[in-house]
Amino acid sequence: MLDNLNQQLLVQLAKGLPICSRPYLEIGERLGVSETEIIERLKQFQTSGIIKRFGVIVKHAALGYRANAMCVWQVPETEIDEIAEYLLEFSFVTLCYQRPALPEWNYNLYCMIHGKDRNTVLTQIAQINSHPQIQTFTHQVLFSRRCFKQRGAVYHGFSS
Amino acid sequence: MLTDLQKELLNNFQHDFPLSPTPYADIAAQLNVTENDVLQAFQDINEKKFISRIGAIIPPNQIGVSTLAAISVPETELERVASQINDFSEVNHNYERENVLNLWFVVIANDAAHLDDVIRTIELETGYNVLRFPLEKAFFIDLSFRLDLANVG
Repeated sequence: MLDNLNQQLLVQLAKGLPICSRPYLEIGERLGVSETEIIERLKQFQTSGIIKRFGVIVKHAALGYRANAMCVWQVPETEIDEIAEYLLEFSFVTLCYQRPALPEWNYNLYCMIHGKDRNTVLTQIAQINSHPQIQTFTHQVLFSRRCFKQRGAVYHGFSS
Repeated sequence: MLTDLQKELLNNFQHDFPLSPTPYADIAAQLNVTENDVLQAFQDINEKKFISRIGAIIPPNQIGVSTLAAISVPETELERVASQINDFSEVNHNYERENVLNLWFVVIANDAAHLDDVIRTIELETGYNVLRFPLEKAFFIDLSFRLDLANVG
């Protein structure tokens, strides 16, 4: 479990690193600890895997990547790892998850593709689907239409 | 228009942002510009909303619990329902997608009971059944890739 200071640090990070000369000092001042303490804790977060990536988080749509497709497949449990490995060979696949299949939505393998336009993404999906094995699975492509909300997580129950 | 410096900042600092007391000065030294150039470039792309933030990607369920969720909503009701869902601070992503199951959002809460409570409240307030798709396994989780920024205005 994260101690209180680590939780508060993540709350601060979710707001975005301050854009100023000494951003870790500024966060330290907000939390009443030293700059060194903040930096050390962030290093520990990275080592322990609490933070997967620390850096610039871009808004794809604003940068011209307007087509965003969530692709889903219905894959037998025993084949799911193999198919996921296959999907990850494509550089345009940015996320790949297993999720539970429900009676109303019977898909268990999800991946995301971000592209400049719909046609590019459709071509990329066709590339994925050129594999004979993957063609046997029920599949859907859900392009995004409107983005109603996109922001960093707000953590609750944490003092900030 | 994005400057060359801004393009470099967008593409090359999605990972391993410097953890030194003066990260922006370190970046400036790497790129042969001044710290002030880097600060201004970041402020500009931040104000123009080309970036969400400089921050951390935290894998699902590292802190608290989260789930992807979806609702099937008639087109005429979509804006109302989306806005009701956006009002929850526990919701951080909310997208319309091309499907009968057309509204997809992510809920992050501090524990399973809180998550359950948020989703039940969303169901009560919107009048629609929420399907839950919590993560079972992440094969790859890193939304960073080389951006082609040639024509970004």
